[in-house]
Amino acid sequence: MPARALDARALAALAANPGCRRRALLDGAGVDKAALAGALGAPSAFGQSQFALTRGNAFEARVKADGGAELLRLVHQRLDPAAEPPERAGSPGLPGPPDLSAAGPEGRAERTALALREATAAGSWTLLDHPMLVLEVAGSPAFLEPDAVVVHPDGGWTVVEIKSFPMLDGSADAAKVGAAARQAAVYVLALERAAARLDPAPRVRHRVLLVCPKDFSNLPTASAVDVRKQRAVTARQLARLTRVQDIADALPDGTCFSPELPAEELTAAVEAVPAAYAPECLAACELAFHCRARSRAAGAVTALGRAARAELGGLSTVDDVLAAARGEAGDPDDPAVAALRRAARLRAEALAGHRPAGGPGDREALDEALTDGRQGAVCR
Amino acid sequence: MSLIATLARLEAVHSGRAQPGATVRHRHLSDRPLVFVPLTTAGEAGAPLGALVGADRRAPRLLAVPQPRDRDLRFAFLAELADVMLPYVDSFAGVVEAAERTDTDPETGKRVKVEVELCADAPQLIVPSRAGIEFVRLLGRSMRFRRTAEQDPEAPHPAPPRVPLLGRWLTHFGERARVPGSSLLLALSDVLAQHWTTGQSGLEDQHLGALLAWIAPPGGASGAEAALRAELERDAAGQLRCPPAGPATDPAFDNKLLAPAIERYDRARQALAAAEDGLTADDRLGALTTAERDVLALVETCALPTWEKVWDGLDLLRTLPEGAHVAERWTRDRWSFTGHRDRILAGEPPQPRRDDAVTAAGKLAAREREQARLDAQEALDDPLVMAGRRLAGEAFAGEVVDVVMAYGEGKRPSPRPLVTVRTEDRPHLAERAKVYRSLGGRPQSAQCVAEEEEGTLLVLRILDKMGRGKEPEAGSVPEKGDLVCFTLFEHEQRGGAKLPDPEQTPWTHGGPPGEESVPEAPDPVTEEDVL
Repeated sequence: MPARALDARALAALAANPGCRRRALLDGAGVDKAALAGALGAPSAFGQSQFALTRGNAFEARVKADGGAELLRLVHQRLDPAAEPPERAGSPGLPGPPDLSAAGPEGRAERTALALREATAAGSWTLLDHPMLVLEVAGSPAFLEPDAVVVHPDGGWTVVEIKSFPMLDGSADAAKVGAAARQAAVYVLALERAAARLDPAPRVRHRVLLVCPKDFSNLPTASAVDVRKQRAVTARQLARLTRVQDIADALPDGTCFSPELPAEELTAAVEAVPAAYAPECLAACELAFHCRARSRAAGAVTALGRAARAELGGLSTVDDVLAAARGEAGDPDDPAVAALRRAARLRAEALAGHRPAGGPGDREALDEALTDGRQGAVCR
Repeated sequence: MSLIATLARLEAVHSGRAQPGATVRHRHLSDRPLVFVPLTTAGEAGAPLGALVGADRRAPRLLAVPQPRDRDLRFAFLAELADVMLPYVDSFAGVVEAAERTDTDPETGKRVKVEVELCADAPQLIVPSRAGIEFVRLLGRSMRFRRTAEQDPEAPHPAPPRVPLLGRWLTHFGERARVPGSSLLLALSDVLAQHWTTGQSGLEDQHLGALLAWIAPPGGASGAEAALRAELERDAAGQLRCPPAGPATDPAFDNKLLAPAIERYDRARQALAAAEDGLTADDRLGALTTAERDVLALVETCALPTWEKVWDGLDLLRTLPEGAHVAERWTRDRWSFTGHRDRILAGEPPQPRRDDAVTAAGKLAAREREQARLDAQEALDDPLVMAGRRLAGEAFAGEVVDVVMAYGEGKRPSPRPLVTVRTEDRPHLAERAKVYRSLGGRPQSAQCVAEEEEGTLLVLRILDKMGRGKEPEAGSVPEKGDLVCFTLFEHEQRGGAKLPDPEQTPWTHGGPPGEESVPEAPDPVTEEDVL
């Protein structure tokens, strides 16, 4: 099986859950987690609609048209208005963006490093279309491909992130902007590594350019996003990642994650690496449904959310918590247990005297309410 | 999430069914809500794919855009949507009752009562999920600046007047949905999750199918099993049996079913355009109609399960009795509806793209005030919510063990009885803190004057609502043996300081608005517009 390269989205997700050794190892080893999840019988629900894909590609092509003239204009306007305007870019007779094609990711990364050095020395606006950057993650190199990197006339470098969600009246969906910022922060880190190899080291700007369609049109508009915080968080989390080699050393010899193995062997292999499942994984990891099933089967409280786990002190399983709440187990002097018992008493008191909606005793009432309404709709 | 809610989640895991999250219904439900299940095209900002909409469960209106990238087809969809929604909204605008409102008299500057109209009821829009509310806002934004042929005869794509009108209404619904406790536009999954606590996380509760599966699992299955099926089960063709509640569709649906159907429609349309004589054109028109019907049928298969679930959810919510303060909050919604009706009748321009400083500050203040009001009212209406406040130390309940008559020190001695309450709760009482209880629906205040026996005995001095006489009115002072519940938070919210008129906006907030407020320009029409 070909190894799957780590991309910035995966790195951002990994940084969001640095305690998950399973993800660190599988990603570090380039295992195709989607195929693995399918083989485990818990296929991931990820997929991209071809409509979104077509639209995203069309928009990116539009933004980078004419040798990136529009993109350079946006960078100049939003990030570096004091510099000379990039009027020459894209005009006929002048070289377009440098050619970064090469064989293999290592070759492309080399080409990118060279192009960055030349552009920085030239001191003119330069657009690098899909450069290749390297970032060492958990002891193994990850190759990252940002949408674009722009070199300013002063030698500074800016990451450009092109997204196809709209910027409506100057504001965009906060969750999507946050995800884009975390992704861009990974590129900034990788770019800083590249800069550190030059002398003098060029400045990597911590404000990235987010380019989105304006309102309901396909015209690009852009906004500067400060990613200092995301960069700091990601850098710290990536540094905390246990070295993949150390995780692998702790595994029994001969552990293999090939999706062709029988499900039982595969499950055992995956179980050998501890995971740290939380509901947030569902949106970020192909293996999440498998980990959720295991976490639920083990009665882990974290499956209900990290916040739930945080409130319960040392109690980490559903049965432990319920037993402590009922007074069957647990040390009453433990503040978590005492709070739990108080909560249980208050809840029982509030529900006594009220017909418990949704409780077992009420099942018939709810079912009745549903059957009354269901008669089959006929669309007009 | 409070510890009580966490505990309820764990009980739900243990029992395999959702547990009560409330003992009463905290949101108003109209007898005749308009359910709106929109679907959108992935990757396009607000390019609708279709919708089911209607106030009758058995007869939803199916609308679809056979080629979502085609501007004219999208506009036709929006016009059709207006044909369904506006008559519904209008049916509430005409039925009014007389009401009074305090207003500032422009001549004397005094506060006077004026007779005004208040709509007797208001429309209620129900969408399946929170994303549906965002979509309503987006539709409103995309429609309200559209120009009609009358406004601008030169406009390249004039809209029928009902389209910008619906845009203004949807914007109003979307804006109102941001006010805590309002019920003009509700996301069903949020309301259900407030009233039932499932054995899954809050993130997973946003899946309407999974949420309902926990509340009322079909055929004796456990909630967890039923929810898993709702999330993941696919048929032989690889399609989800329980499609997402939208507006986003499942990628597998887009790629395997929708895209080919839209392509067939495109081909049929090109073929029709290329037809050279009437006979071929007739044939090809038939093919185009078939292709269009196919897309319509796909939209129906994708939206109908959600439509049924929304009505199921409404039926479940109706099994709960309405909270005592819900009607009062609904009256505020009726005021909001009446106010917007009046603004439209008065010919005011559509809501601006960005609020000015005074309007924005006013909206924020109103939301904060309504949030505080909602928190207090929900606790007073629902012992389960109050239990959470008691656990948090913001309220306490207990038995009155002693009442001692005492009098104030003023010139005219007024009753200030001392009431001793035994409680197992641990309220965070500051010295001489004020506490409140509900007396016949109105707040009575008291002051904590002493704590005894490690805080289990609280001595409270009752301060008001005892009448004017020397002796307190009957029933206005708790008696020995009564069970009482006092809160540390106030029950009614005072309005904050009045904001300046827009003309008096301070320079820190951008200064007064310009000389003449220019009506907002419509979005420019470009070749690449998607909406």
